[in-house]
Amino acid sequence: MKIIETTNLTKFYGKNKGIEDVSLSINEGEIFGFIGPNGAGKSTTIRLLLSLIYPTSGKATIFGKNCFKYGHEIRNDIGYLPSEVFYYDKMRVKELLKYSASFYKGDHSKRIIELADIMELDLNRKIDELSYGNKKKVGIVQGLLHQPKLIILDEPTSGLDPLMQQKFFDLILEENKKGATVFFSSHILGEVQKLCNRVAIIREGHIVKIEDIKTLRNDNYKKVSIRTSNHNQKVFAIEGISNIEQVDGEINFFFNGDINVLLSLITKHKVNDVIIEEPTLEEIFMHYYK
Amino acid sequence: MNIYKREIKDKLKSTIVWSISIFALIMLFMSIFPVFSRDATTLKLMMDNYPEEMLKAFGMSGVDLGSVAGYFTMTLLFTQICLAIQASNYGFSILSLEERELTADFLLTKPVTRTKIFFSKFAAAFTALTITNVATWGSTYLSIEMFRNGKDYDIDIFIKMMATIVLFQLFFLGVGMVISMLVKKVKSVLTFSMSLSFGMYILSAFGSIIGEDTLGYITPFKYFEPNTLIINGAYDRTMIYVCITVIVVSLLASYILYNKRNIHSAN
Repeated sequence: MKIIETTNLTKFYGKNKGIEDVSLSINEGEIFGFIGPNGAGKSTTIRLLLSLIYPTSGKATIFGKNCFKYGHEIRNDIGYLPSEVFYYDKMRVKELLKYSASFYKGDHSKRIIELADIMELDLNRKIDELSYGNKKKVGIVQGLLHQPKLIILDEPTSGLDPLMQQKFFDLILEENKKGATVFFSSHILGEVQKLCNRVAIIREGHIVKIEDIKTLRNDNYKKVSIRTSNHNQKVFAIEGISNIEQVDGEINFFFNGDINVLLSLITKHKVNDVIIEEPTLEEIFMHYYK
Repeated sequence: MNIYKREIKDKLKSTIVWSISIFALIMLFMSIFPVFSRDATTLKLMMDNYPEEMLKAFGMSGVDLGSVAGYFTMTLLFTQICLAIQASNYGFSILSLEERELTADFLLTKPVTRTKIFFSKFAAAFTALTITNVATWGSTYLSIEMFRNGKDYDIDIFIKMMATIVLFQLFFLGVGMVISMLVKKVKSVLTFSMSLSFGMYILSAFGSIIGEDTLGYITPFKYFEPNTLIINGAYDRTMIYVCITVIVVSLLASYILYNKRNIHSAN
């Protein structure tokens, strides 16, 4: 059975497009990355899956059930961490988590303490005294306390320091090992590459590509800029180079291929400076998926 | 039950403050009654000097302010304004709270139907309003017994006056709810609730002054105007029906709109 399946899911806000014809199919036990620049439609898709908003057309099912008809049943087994976390300010962390747990069957108090321990969250603080990062931790505990079968994460790492990010990733991987499926939305390619098995790339409301993470790794684009007194950019015209441009003494291009070939070519010329870096996601999109 | 409990807890403080304030207001107004009734003739002379329009605006026209019931109509009018503000506060806030305070991503992603959220919130608001209603009844009874100065009064009239409070509250609660569902966002609850409650009062006062009766069908201050009851012995039936219709329609419409509503994200 597919955990999440959408068919031509479309949402328009009046005349503005949110997403159009999004078809996804996510298997049990997968960590599925959902990546795209800001405003591409990631949150719209997630809000549709949670039936916070209703579609203009198309279908969506989770655990084989219609998201918009049986949303309340489905949500029993979903843990959701929103990108922006806001909670009832007057409450204490403990009260909020208890309130959150009261929506699910069973006793989750032990798990709350366990998770709070891992994330180093003080349960007795008042919500409105918490920093952004700490609120995010409340969100993580709140999303995982009922051992959900499907974990939906919407840009979960913003506001967490690198150490906490690692703890959080470990937590997600552990849940995944126990059988949870993970839907991970992000605009940071690196973290998706680290965690996910498959990834869907969304841009301007359309899915541009659904790929195995290994393939994406092979498509190893580098952004290269070379400062040189040799102003002839043609010397770098080898296979795998694209988007070459020259600005004053600087030659910029993208390179996809054997890095050794490029390096030996560079050494043949007198250069002042070389920068080889990961292109940003935006650049990959601009470049590949025109 | 968990949503209901949380909503009650959220409203507890405001309910207590409103109940105590209304209790005190009625007590204060009625405590002046002995002075009023003692000098009934002087009072009548004084009232005759006021312009008729002003008396109408305050619902004091055509009643004997020297009688317990007559004097109480004035008290009830001010009480009604308070009740209207409280009920519309709740009306405008309960369904819009999650979107205003951006907690929708918390509550609406829990395994509950929107229907359940709607009814829990409505039930909690209605409970809160009923607590205030009980305080109003209690204060009325107590203050009359304390300050009636040996004067007799018709208990029937009082029961009729007080019995309409629940409809009055439901009107403002329901209308508040449906408006909050029709607008994109309720940024400030107080702005909305003040406009609705004072707007309705001014409409009623204005209608009385210019003697325009059709205006009265819009505003509950007219449906349940206490001096009409005293003069005619009964409320206008059509107005009661209009009120009930408005309540039912607005509650039904807000229920449907809430279930269909797109809850947008914070950013």
